[in-house]
Amino acid sequence: MTVVIGFEGSANKIGVGIVRDGEVLSNPRRTYITPPGQGFLPSETARHHRSVILTVLKEALEEAGLKPADVDCVAYTKGPGMGAPLVTVALVARTVAQLWGKPLLGVNHCIGHIEMGRLITQANNPTVLYVSGGNTQVIAYSERRYRIFGETIDIAVGNCLDRFARVIKISNDPSPGYNIEQMAKKGTQYVELPYTVKGMDVSFSGILSYIEEAAGKMLKCNQCTAEDLCFSLQEILFSMLVEITERAMAHCSSQEVLIVGGVGCNLRLQEMMGVMCKERGAKLFATDESFCIDNGAMIAQAGWEMFRSGQTTELSDSWITQRYRTDEVEVTWRD
Amino acid sequence: MAVEGTSVALPQFLKKIELIKQGAEARVYRGSFLGKPTIVKERFPKLYRHPLLDEKLTHRRTVQEVRSILRCRKAGISAPVVYFVDYTSHCIFLEDIVGSITVRDHIASTQLSSAQKSPEEHLDQLAQKMGQILAKMHDEDVVHGDLTTSNMLLKAGAESGETELVLIDFGLSYISALPEDKGVDMYVLEKAFLSTHPNTEALFEKLLKAYAASSKKSHAVIKKLDEVRLRGRKRSMVG
Repeated sequence: MTVVIGFEGSANKIGVGIVRDGEVLSNPRRTYITPPGQGFLPSETARHHRSVILTVLKEALEEAGLKPADVDCVAYTKGPGMGAPLVTVALVARTVAQLWGKPLLGVNHCIGHIEMGRLITQANNPTVLYVSGGNTQVIAYSERRYRIFGETIDIAVGNCLDRFARVIKISNDPSPGYNIEQMAKKGTQYVELPYTVKGMDVSFSGILSYIEEAAGKMLKCNQCTAEDLCFSLQEILFSMLVEITERAMAHCSSQEVLIVGGVGCNLRLQEMMGVMCKERGAKLFATDESFCIDNGAMIAQAGWEMFRSGQTTELSDSWITQRYRTDEVEVTWRD
Repeated sequence: MAVEGTSVALPQFLKKIELIKQGAEARVYRGSFLGKPTIVKERFPKLYRHPLLDEKLTHRRTVQEVRSILRCRKAGISAPVVYFVDYTSHCIFLEDIVGSITVRDHIASTQLSSAQKSPEEHLDQLAQKMGQILAKMHDEDVVHGDLTTSNMLLKAGAESGETELVLIDFGLSYISALPEDKGVDMYVLEKAFLSTHPNTEALFEKLLKAYAASSKKSHAVIKKLDEVRLRGRKRSMVG
């Protein structure tokens, strides 16, 4: 049996998870929530993580009913993400690894999402749509790499949603995306917005500029409601995502889709993707918020795969990086 | 029959011919139209998206596809002949490029087989041709919008025996003179090329070189391509 503990804190979530041979033993998490109209800044987010990480670590061990001696490997997020929060979490991981005398393992955050999704859904070789506040990628595995077939050429889809939420002052609790999703359910009028798909790539910055500009005016003269804007924005953004996913599936002759990342728990996105899959006789795999949103177990799971294939990270190599592409990692644990 | 273009005749016509694949946005059929081997591209309604958005996209893409094909053909760039368009059912009847294979399959099989004498040299020539033709297309201000090696076909030329490169799938295309748009077009190709064909960085470099050498306007496009690459890298990496 191999037990891996994973530390994740690349953005505004801090989580510690423990995985034992495909079983998630514990996965506590905290979220740094900012007031409406504000995003989270690196140094403040790091301060938040510092203040709670030891509590979360204790919870993870207690919930799993394990002692440090039972752990075989300490995995942490090496990147990509925000510098200051990454440093904070890596420092704690390094410290406990030395205290407990266990090997360290630096994990690519995106790979964590993919491996967690594969574990939970049992999808075998899916086309992966990875959508979060910092990433928008369509990924498929071939020849020892998760290859990026499509991605955003500017901002991430979650970033577009978050920044729209700030403009019309939607609450960040529990997350801006969740609140947009709830408001969108009450939207009825479809407001036309730009639609930008470039092959298997997408662009969101133009849509954001457009809606930032239009929202104030339209709301002021009662042309539409905030709910209508949430509804229309979701419809446009998710249509683009489904389209590039379908294009990648057609290109790779794939019959499985896996949605991962924080935006992936949006039920409207899952519904639209499901309709597309049904149309082409494909299968959709998705997970709920406990595993879609950043968490410690996903780092533990990717770490478990890497550790079992013989990888560890030396203390002197245990740095972090804000830039770390999904396709940089050699996948040593798959055929 | 289908020439009468009524909403009844067309679905019946499609039923009788062979469905060969369901792409990302259209069903593709193969059959015969007025005695000619024909590909029919049917943009059927996408139920996952809002009806208003669907209608707008489908109509726009059908129009753009036909328009760009004509513009390319006028400039002497090989693309399928358009036989017939039905805007009610969003169907395009196109010349079937008989006996062709996709550049994608061609590269994959060339890489695999050792039978080919000097496969590298052979692929270099192909990359050069791709670069030249794309430069010519961009000089006509046609931005393809979905450049991949699946959307380029190779067929043996009628007389010379030299292989000809045929561009297809102009559904996401549009007309633009902006280096930014052309740069993104090349960026899309670069990503699709390198993710589909692992370890072909040198080959793509040759394609870009040929592209740069073939057009006076290429300098600004390549500069934009460098910019767009940086944009993608930065943004995709924050997690």
